[in-house]
Amino acid sequence: MVRLKLIFIIFLIDIGLYYSYVNWSNLSKIKAKVFKILNIKSDFLNEIGDISRFSARFFREVIKPKQEWEEFINQCFWVGYKTLTLVGITAFIMGLVLTIQSRPTLVEFGAEAMLPAMVAVSLVREISPVITALICAGKIGSGMGAELGSMRVTEQIDAMEVSGTNPFKYLIVTRVLATTIMVPVLASVANAVSLYGGYLGANLRGDVSWSLYWFQVFDSLSFGDVVPSLIKTFFFGFAIGIVGCYKGFYSKKGTEGVGRSATTAVIVASLLVFIIDLLVVQVTDILGLT
Amino acid sequence: MEKRTPVVTVENVNKSFGDNHVLRDFSMKVEAGENLVILGKSGSGKSVLIKCIIKLIETDSGSITVLGKDIDALGEDELNRLRADIGFLFQSNALYDSMTVKENLLFPLRRHWSKEDREKMADAAILEALEDVGLAHTINMMPAELSGGMRKRIALARTLILRPKVILYDEPTTGLDPITGREISQLMIDVQKKYNATSIVISHDLNCIKMIANRMIMLINGKNYASGTFHELEAATDSKIKEFFE
Ligand SMILES: Nc1ncnc2c1ncn2[C@@H]1O[C@H](COP(=O)(O)OP(=O)(O)O)[C@@H](O)[C@H]1O
Ligand SMILES: [Mg+2]
Repeated sequence: MVRLKLIFIIFLIDIGLYYSYVNWSNLSKIKAKVFKILNIKSDFLNEIGDISRFSARFFREVIKPKQEWEEFINQCFWVGYKTLTLVGITAFIMGLVLTIQSRPTLVEFGAEAMLPAMVAVSLVREISPVITALICAGKIGSGMGAELGSMRVTEQIDAMEVSGTNPFKYLIVTRVLATTIMVPVLASVANAVSLYGGYLGANLRGDVSWSLYWFQVFDSLSFGDVVPSLIKTFFFGFAIGIVGCYKGFYSKKGTEGVGRSATTAVIVASLLVFIIDLLVVQVTDILGLT
Repeated sequence: MEKRTPVVTVENVNKSFGDNHVLRDFSMKVEAGENLVILGKSGSGKSVLIKCIIKLIETDSGSITVLGKDIDALGEDELNRLRADIGFLFQSNALYDSMTVKENLLFPLRRHWSKEDREKMADAAILEALEDVGLAHTINMMPAELSGGMRKRIALARTLILRPKVILYDEPTTGLDPITGREISQLMIDVQKKYNATSIVISHDLNCIKMIANRMIMLINGKNYASGTFHELEAATDSKIKEFFE
């Protein structure tokens, strides 16, 4: 336990110093020594530290002048273009299946009329945002990991730097902003499509009119359902962008390194999506928004 | 002999990665108009050395002066201005895969030329750089559609577009067949004549070295082990130097 606390303190200092513009290369040497003395295998913790620093750098670079608007719009388009179909189809099927499978249970309790309301709450609160984020982690996270990774190993990132363009600003800031904005947009599309799937599902066996279905859906959704779930998608998008870019930007030499960047980007991003989900649920619970 | 001014000065540079001590008190001077070749085994730190010169890698200690400027003393803007005068031909060419040849050549101009200049003069400059390397017809192609030799030429055209005063070549003929390798070497000589640039070339291709080197430096164990003309080093009796000429 003591050891854990020590590590935690080291990381806090580490990140703190980074923010205060202190040269931290000496500090990371000291950290490495401390880890060696304490005999800690610190790959995982180091990675968390590195990703935090990478995010810190993002916030520092994003406010610097000369935004790369053209590349940002490009990236937004790509994120949407690559995932929209998949997100749409998956959300539709999720809505449909969830409705079909919930019906028997509700019928058993004589609460069949609750079907639209129940489906709407589960879709909007949890299923649509998380499914969207996972699809984006799979397609966008791995895509960015592989693309930036191959740019790194073929020295394209170095070439950008020597030709006077800040590669962090041009490649990373634009991509992270694009996912942060596009994942919520995609999740909103997923909400709409999955609710439409739910409408069809409700009408396979039962009979709910178009207007009654939507009335029940909107009636059941409160502020506490919609807003926290929308807010968390921004975090999902940010995490996916940061992890994909981090993995690609620091890709190891060789084609094998590129492959590894792509796969680990997906794994870490998906894991982060669940962790963020868990945290957001806790926070909304504490704030009494449920 | 006229007294020449050094264009690049490297003094007592050290660089390690963890326990791997790559450069140890490495020093050299490169004079204006020279074609200097740096020879060394693979993994000896040649790429690290020229990346230090353009500050893609930071040195641990020592000083590097390029075109009269100490690169460690420069702010971000000054460094970028200096880098416009230094061309770098990467070993893997580093062409941007997602852009056409034209966009590749336009990329260095987006920071160093004003918008009006780009609109007025970029097309002509791109065409000229492509004609220098004999590939004007590829202007709208993607890098993936080109052969290895053509990609090397396009990469050279991209470094030429800003009219650099110093050009750094990282193994320009490695991975090419001998004939293409000779063509690229000839091209480097032509470019040197036309733009009157100073070149630092990393290579272990003896044919290429014979064609272009005015002077050579042997990078062995992280040090400037020996220097001289091709013939001087070829005739050396030191076993470590002899290895390279067998
Ligand atoms: N970014 C880096 N991180 C860690 N080690 C590196 C890095 N770049 C180069 N090295 C190490 O430095 C040594 C010299 O590499 P390099 O200059 O690429 O060799 P070469 O002479 O073949 O160009 C190698 O042992 C390599 O592993
Ligand atoms: Mg090399």
